[in-house]
Amino acid sequence: MTLAYVPQTLLSVRDLSICFDTRYGPLRAVDGITFDLAPGEILGMVGESGAGKSLTGAAITGLLERPGRIDRGEIHFEGQRIDTLGKDEMRRLRGRKIGAIFQDPLTSLNPLMTVGQQLIQTIRTHLPLNRDAARTRAIDLLMEVGIPAPDARVDQYPHEFSGGMRQRVVIALALCANPALVIADEPTTALDVSIQSQILELLRKMCRDHGAAVILVTHDMGVIAETADRVAVMYSGRIVEIGSVEKVFKDPRHPYTAGLMQSIPRIGSNAHRLAQIEGAMPRLTALPDGCAFNLRCPRAMDICYRQKPKSQALGDGQVACHLFQEELA
Amino acid sequence: MNAIQQIEKPLLSVESLGKTFDLTAPWLNRIIERAQTRHLRAVDGLNIEIPRGKTFSLVGESGCGKSTVAKLVVGLHRPTAGTIRFDGKDLTDLKAANRGMYRRRIQMIFQDPYASLNPRWRVRDIIAEPLRSFGVISNRSEERAQVGRLLELVGLSAQDGEKFPHEFSGGQRQRISIARAISSKPDFLVCDEPTSALDVSVQSQILNLMRDLQDELGLTYLFISHDLAVVDFMSDYVGVMYLGRLVEAGPAEQIFSVPEHPYTKLLMDTVPDITMNRRDRVAVTGEVPNPIDPPTGCSFNPRCPLATDTCRATSPATTQRGGGRVVACHAVTGMHGNNSPIKPEPAQGIA
Repeated sequence: MTLAYVPQTLLSVRDLSICFDTRYGPLRAVDGITFDLAPGEILGMVGESGAGKSLTGAAITGLLERPGRIDRGEIHFEGQRIDTLGKDEMRRLRGRKIGAIFQDPLTSLNPLMTVGQQLIQTIRTHLPLNRDAARTRAIDLLMEVGIPAPDARVDQYPHEFSGGMRQRVVIALALCANPALVIADEPTTALDVSIQSQILELLRKMCRDHGAAVILVTHDMGVIAETADRVAVMYSGRIVEIGSVEKVFKDPRHPYTAGLMQSIPRIGSNAHRLAQIEGAMPRLTALPDGCAFNLRCPRAMDICYRQKPKSQALGDGQVACHLFQEELA
Repeated sequence: MNAIQQIEKPLLSVESLGKTFDLTAPWLNRIIERAQTRHLRAVDGLNIEIPRGKTFSLVGESGCGKSTVAKLVVGLHRPTAGTIRFDGKDLTDLKAANRGMYRRRIQMIFQDPYASLNPRWRVRDIIAEPLRSFGVISNRSEERAQVGRLLELVGLSAQDGEKFPHEFSGGQRQRISIARAISSKPDFLVCDEPTSALDVSVQSQILNLMRDLQDELGLTYLFISHDLAVVDFMSDYVGVMYLGRLVEAGPAEQIFSVPEHPYTKLLMDTVPDITMNRRDRVAVTGEVPNPIDPPTGCSFNPRCPLATDTCRATSPATTQRGGGRVVACHAVTGMHGNNSPIKPEPAQGIA
């Protein structure tokens, strides 16, 4: 595939906010996040449940469900603004240019259709191929994602596949039309550890071969360490730290990232106690003033209770923390 | 298992434990569809001993039988073979009525803190239920004081007893589960994936709490998890299960520093490396076979890089290795039969 014009940024998210209108007033679940994604890059998005990482993925794929809505900000994909697209335009883009992989492979496949029918339907929706050519492509894809005897398996139903094999089929479905961007939302959470590493390896290989960029949404730092190039750490709807995986894991700057890294048990550490971050992430209905992490932060200062920290460039990444803003000033 | 040398008698010792589930279709279907009888051997010839005050962890992938072992130990399933000896007393031949005393001493913490607490009960009633049903405390004001103490012990406040479970976060609910589990002053806790539903920053709080309680109250844990790093942190002893059998067991330090069984090595290779020192690793292949129809011989042979004809023909016996470790693998014990398998005493009934 030759491209006349290779964009430097494939996806650009600017000041994105997602809001839920409830009878108690609007709740802001994602609060002004900004990041760019280069073609072929794997960006990990990590955070606790409720941090807003899945919502960000849903907003990019246009699958945000009501009452959730984008109330501020812009999403640009291949130079085109996509957050304002209509339903039909978005549907054409999704699948063709943006693929999605979800957590539970059983619910993302139709149990009443064979794997082949689902692949062929998806391929023919997006590519101008006849039935036979689409079937050949479906079998090729199944082979590529490592399903043994693909010409026999193509006519089987999802229940005849194991969990790991189903997730391979879902990856094949997402890659049907050679999308430039894949959003993988907790792709290995429902799988066993020995299957997880196989699926991550496959995801990495497929994206390298097809040149697709990936946003990998997960709560598991280990998955990020194994797979991603860059990582965005989310907390209470904001990106608190973003940077190369190597930098963020070896030298985390934000107190939340640092605490998180220390609280993960490691094999062979012989520690009698784990470091722990006290408390839990605040609910959206009870966000504190200032930095949302201030109540749990061991290094909180006066300003942290009054003012939300802005994201600042630090090294090759960005950190949203008052500690480093003083350093810069 | 002789693996754990211990002068004192172990608090829990499980011998040749087996559990087979009957999956046979009803007789009419059997006649019409000519269906065969089908059995699932969830746990097969399991031998473990847990010394008082220590933690023994079972690890393995889904379907390996680790949760079945947990249920067998607390008495939620009846074993089809073998014995479970608790403090010298065989629990398997106790009548239900006589189990009460042991029920009080063996409690369980479940995986999902959202499903394991009754949403319509106040927290103080949830925690007081074991006190009431075992008749530990009959006096209301004493009960209230005890519940308050328990809540404070697990890091909540005494006033939280008035609230309902939905008012708490996942980690706080798991603290309530722990308070309920320790309220009847048990010696032994079975913890089935107690942190796998929790976020990382909360997981470390709960793991620390469980270790503190073990030190303070002298508890003994049977800890079940699929996360090797968590197991390494919590355990004194580890048993690795694969399709209902213990493939390797022994002191945690040894198993994690020098895994011997190929399956243990495979599991170690899947642990994500968060230190970013990209070590070399062997690519993992294959999946756990269907436990209803396991492969012949060693059940790990289709995935094993060392598998030989012996492995496909006969199931390896559990063999004693140095340092109190046991391994069930033809390749590790090398001589293919020259090693004398250890006899779990009483050595009977291993299918």
